Amino acid sequence: MNDWVYTEKVKEHFVHPKNIFKEDEGFVSDGEGMVGNIKCGDQMMMLIQVDKDKNIIADCRWKTYGCASAIASTSVLSEMIKGMTLTQAFAVTPKEIMKELGSLPEHKIHCSVLGDKALRAAINDYYEKSGMTDKIKKEEAKIICQCMNVTDHEIEDAVLEGARTYLELQERTKLGTVCGECKDEAEKLLAGYIQKHFN
Amino acid sequence: MSQKVYLDHNATTPLHPEVKNVLIEAMECFGNPSSLHEFGRKALKFVTQAREDIASFIGATGEEIVFVGSGSEANNTVLNMVACPSKHCCAFKKGPTRIVTTKIEHPCVFETAKCLRDRGIDVVFIDVDKYGKIDTKQLQDILAEGASLVSVMMANNEIGTIQDIKTICGMAHKAGALFHTDAVQAVGKIPIDVRVLDVDFLTLSAHKVYGPKGIGALYTKKSIPFCPFIRGGHQEKGRRAGTENTLGIMGLSKAIEMRRKEMVTEDKRLKDLKAILKKGIEEKILDIQVNGHPDDCLAGTLNVSFKGAEGEAVLLYLDMEGIAISTGSACASGSLDPSHVLLATGVGAELAHGSVRMSLGRDTTKEDIAYVLEVLPRVIDKVRSMSTAYKK
Repeated sequence: MNDWVYTEKVKEHFVHPKNIFKEDEGFVSDGEGMVGNIKCGDQMMMLIQVDKDKNIIADCRWKTYGCASAIASTSVLSEMIKGMTLTQAFAVTPKEIMKELGSLPEHKIHCSVLGDKALRAAINDYYEKSGMTDKIKKEEAKIICQCMNVTDHEIEDAVLEGARTYLELQERTKLGTVCGECKDEAEKLLAGYIQKHFN
Repeated sequence: MSQKVYLDHNATTPLHPEVKNVLIEAMECFGNPSSLHEFGRKALKFVTQAREDIASFIGATGEEIVFVGSGSEANNTVLNMVACPSKHCCAFKKGPTRIVTTKIEHPCVFETAKCLRDRGIDVVFIDVDKYGKIDTKQLQDILAEGASLVSVMMANNEIGTIQDIKTICGMAHKAGALFHTDAVQAVGKIPIDVRVLDVDFLTLSAHKVYGPKGIGALYTKKSIPFCPFIRGGHQEKGRRAGTENTLGIMGLSKAIEMRRKEMVTEDKRLKDLKAILKKGIEEKILDIQVNGHPDDCLAGTLNVSFKGAEGEAVLLYLDMEGIAISTGSACASGSLDPSHVLLATGVGAELAHGSVRMSLGRDTTKEDIAYVLEVLPRVIDKVRSMSTAYKK
C-alpha cells in the first residue's frame, strides 16, 4: 500500500510495535507511569526496569490506548530510552520523539507528548519506590490566565496541537478572553513553545 | 492482487457501471442548457428529462427539483433560507425565526445550525434515545413554543437509524413550521414518496447511490417560497445560480434509474449479509456493542463499538489487510471529540472512540463478509493486546 497517512517509520512501528507489555511475560518493573484518559481517546502506560548500579534504564515495556501515531511514538520511544541514564530519559522531549519517527501530522503531535510524560511519571515512580523522593521532579503547572484558569502546560499542549497565533491559542484554551491581563505573558510563552517544538 | 473489501458505502460509492457509460456519453453533450441554439437545446432536453425522472422517483414533479452541487449545499440552502434576516425575503416571517433540529444530524446541518445560533437565531437540538430515534415528546414540547423550520434527517449516516419522518413532519406542520429532511442516506435505499410524507424540503445526493460526486438535488414543495443560497442566475428558475452540471445531472438520473431497478432486491440481500456480519462479530469478539436501531436501520449499515480498541488503530490495521471501514474515533477526524452521533445516543466517550462503521453496498459479497470476519477478530485482538483500556 502506498500514500500512507504516516511516514514509513511510523508505519513500521505501528505494524510491529516494540516492547509491548504482555501480562504473561513476567516483566517486573521498578517504576510505572500512566498518563492520559481513555475518554479523551489516548492513554499511555510506561514500565521501566532500572540498572541500579549504573542508574540507567535497562529495559522497558508499555501499553497504550490510542491511534496509530500514539502506538508508533511510544514504540519508538521505548527503543530510544534503553541505556539512557534516568536524567537523560527524564529530559526526552516530544521533538526528539518526532525526529526519530520522521514526522507526524500536526494534529497528531499531542499523542506523542504522552509517551514522554508517561516515561517521566515512571521515573518519578521509581524514585518514590526506592526512597529517593528528593529526586522527584514535579511537573508543576503555572496558571497564566487567572480568569479562565489556563496553565503554561495547556498553552504548550495547544501549541503542539497546532496553535501558532495568539488568536488560535485563545480559540483552543479560552485564555485571555475575560480581563486580558495575561496577554503579554501568554504571547511570550507561545513564542517560546513554538521555538522549542518547531524551530 | 490482495483482497480488497470496501465497506464504506455511506461515505461514498463506486460508480454504477451503467452510470459510468452514461457519463462517458454525456461528456459529448457540452452545450449550455440556457443557450437557444441546437447545442443548448440538446443539453436542456437531457436536463429536463433527468429532472422529470428524478422527481418521479420520489413522487414529485420536475419543477420541484432544484439541482445543487452537493447534499451539503442543499442542506445549507434550506437552513440559511429560513434564517434569512431580510424583511423582503420569503414568506417565513410570521414570527421570530426558530430552527428545530436534532443532535445527530450530519455536520452540514449540525454545524450550519450552530453557526446560525451564533448569529442570533434561536436553534434547538432535540435529543435522541439509545437507538438514535428522536424524542418526540421533547419535540412536541418544543413545538408548542413555536418554530419556523424543523429539520430531521431521514436515515443517519453513522448508525443507520431511520426516523418516522411522516409523523415528525405532521407534528411540525401542526405547529405551523416547515419541514426539511436530509435524505442523503435514504434516497435509493428505502422507498420515499414526498406526497405521502408531506415534507416541504428533501435533500438527496448522487454519490451515495453509485452516481457521480458533485451533484445533488433539493426537492422543494411547489407552494413553498424559495430564497436562493447561490444568487445571480436564472438557472433552476432562479433558485440556484450557476450553469447546470449536465454531466452530473445525467449521472444522477441514471443512478436513480438503477436504484429503481435494484433497490428492493439489494435491500434484502444487504440485510442478509449484514445479519451474517453482525452474528459473526457477536460470536467471535467479546465486549462489543452494536449501535443503532435493531429494526429501523439502513440495510447495509452496521455500527459496532469495541471496548478498549481505539478506532483509528483498528481502521488502519484493517486498511493494511485491504478492508475499508470508518470510525467514530476522534483521532481519525482530527478533532478531539468522538462522534457526536454516538455521544447523543448515550454511548460513552470511551466506547465512542472504539466504534467502527461498516457500510455495505451493491458490490459487497458473501466472500467479503467472510474475509472481514476472518481479519477483524485478529485486528481487535491485536489492538486490545496493547491497550491500557482492555483486560481479558
